[in-house]
Amino acid sequence: MSGTLLLAQTLNGLQYGVLLFLLAAGLTLVFGIMSFVNLAHGSLYMMGAYSAAVAREATGSFAIAVLAAAGVALVLGMVLELAVVSRLYRRDHLDHVLATFGLVLFFNELVRMVWGPQPYFVQVPELLSGTVDLFGFTYPSYRFAIIAAGLLVAGGSYLLIHKTRVGMLIRAGAQNPQMVGALGVNIRLLNALLFGLGAMLAGLAGAVAGPILSVQSGMGEPVLITTLVVIVIGGIGSVSGAFYAALIVGLVDTLGRAFLPMMLRQVAERPIADAAGPALASMSVYFLMAIVLAFRPQGLFPIKQG
Amino acid sequence: MKNANALRPSTLVPLLVFAGLAAVPLVATAMDQPFYIAFFGRIVIYAIAASALNLALGYGGLVSFGHALFLGLGGYAVAMPSFMNIGDGWIHLVLCLVASGVTALITGLISLRTSGIAFIMITLAFAQMGYFLFVSLKNFGGDDGIPVTFTSRFGPVDLGSPMTVYVVSLVVLMLTTWWLARLRVSPFGMTLRGAQQNARRINAIGLNALRYQLAAYVLSGMLCAVAGMLLANLNAYVSPSTLSWTVSGELIVMVVLGGIGSVFAPLLGALVFLGLEELLKAFTEHWMAIFGPLIVLMALAGKRGIVGLLQRLDQPPPAAARGVESVHVKGEAG
Repeated sequence: MSGTLLLAQTLNGLQYGVLLFLLAAGLTLVFGIMSFVNLAHGSLYMMGAYSAAVAREATGSFAIAVLAAAGVALVLGMVLELAVVSRLYRRDHLDHVLATFGLVLFFNELVRMVWGPQPYFVQVPELLSGTVDLFGFTYPSYRFAIIAAGLLVAGGSYLLIHKTRVGMLIRAGAQNPQMVGALGVNIRLLNALLFGLGAMLAGLAGAVAGPILSVQSGMGEPVLITTLVVIVIGGIGSVSGAFYAALIVGLVDTLGRAFLPMMLRQVAERPIADAAGPALASMSVYFLMAIVLAFRPQGLFPIKQG
Repeated sequence: MKNANALRPSTLVPLLVFAGLAAVPLVATAMDQPFYIAFFGRIVIYAIAASALNLALGYGGLVSFGHALFLGLGGYAVAMPSFMNIGDGWIHLVLCLVASGVTALITGLISLRTSGIAFIMITLAFAQMGYFLFVSLKNFGGDDGIPVTFTSRFGPVDLGSPMTVYVVSLVVLMLTTWWLARLRVSPFGMTLRGAQQNARRINAIGLNALRYQLAAYVLSGMLCAVAGMLLANLNAYVSPSTLSWTVSGELIVMVVLGGIGSVFAPLLGALVFLGLEELLKAFTEHWMAIFGPLIVLMALAGKRGIVGLLQRLDQPPPAAARGVESVHVKGEAG
């Protein structure tokens, strides 16, 4: 295996990891703070991707498309929170699973009704359609931009949570929501805001992923399930855990797919390796999760309580 | 006393449903509508799978979001030997039980180290693992699935015709329902249900709650695999989509719709779920856009399900006894 291939795949892994982080950040906060299982997070990602595709077609501007996706997802997230989710906080997880499962079915069908079953392809923005030259090795600049944007969001959310008043309330709400409510903070509004913020990040991820993946009904579920793996590995409720775990999962998945079949071919016969390689590669992140849970059920970077 | 119990709506209705299901082959043959055999066969088989889930979810409180894994394992336990020209049903059955039992034991041991949200996630992850495993097995059809050419043959009974599958499935469902009704009130079932409410107390009285939960999970997985085996024979076809996460979700919806934890819930849930699906499909191709919000409403309404509604009819209201209740009161007196 050559060095440039390894470098390219590592960058691909980072880019995937950053995308996963955008989804995981909102989801882990909702999990950790409201203790709510949100399967519809993938639908918000999908709605973000479609909003971006439509806005892009109407205006031709990628920046407007990204803003539209974030806006639509934010509003949709807050509406969902007020209409459905907030009524379920006190119920057990089974009700959460049921309600959000119903929402997933609804959104997938809605998208199929409005935009049809065929996938939508979104062009890479003009400005970022070139490649970047790195010591004689080229890499698409759009993917670089995703990595940069993701790191920026990660930094921003760190600052938001640790340095601002809203962040302080979020952290306080995670530890003792009744006390925060008793101190005169509108905890319902805070929850809606938090849910909307997570939804916005998911929409953003959808908009950014549009040009590399195909935008279609049901696109949210595979990525949602990988995001759940990220959250469990990182430790439920921990944003920094989600960040590290997202990068780990992104790298393991991408490098596994690229190199596992190749490596197996060296130790096993070709037909066996060709059959087992892709199977093992697509299962690698789930193996990782099973191993982590078997040894550290609370995740690798659990949130510190008290 | 026993007679009076059987006449309660919450028992009477499921018994009538069973009677109706038993009449399906006769009616379908008389009407020359073989479609009904396949349709109700699916309902019966899903009711078995939902019964299996009810053992883990309803009795044990284990929110498994990965039971499609076992359904799929059962299916491939038929399809893979059939692909190699083995049609002996006993081999299929042994393979099905061993594969699902071992898988459930390993995944259960790991999953039960966690609880709450993490348990839901990890069972989902294991099911996804199975899904991708079968997608990547290109020799066995991969994404497209494989037809079952050699259906399970148990001596003279060949599960090749839908009618035979239907009859066998109905018998399996009846036995399952009877067994689970017995299990529910047995010491095992009581301990399991006790552990759902408070595992620490179960441990404190000297029982190992984890062991009971694991046993329930393994039994549940094996039973679900039997349903998968029957489904593969009914469809004469297996694909990885049987293992997709939506199937796990649908099974949960069936159990909750029926009335989680009660004996007849899986049957009623599967009947209403698949019946409603078929009705909405006739009405619009975008039936899921109606079905999804219905599930949301069901979750918002709480989860006593259909059995809960029927139980409400069991108690006669104090003053005005309407038609249904007066029949019921008469029954109890007699």
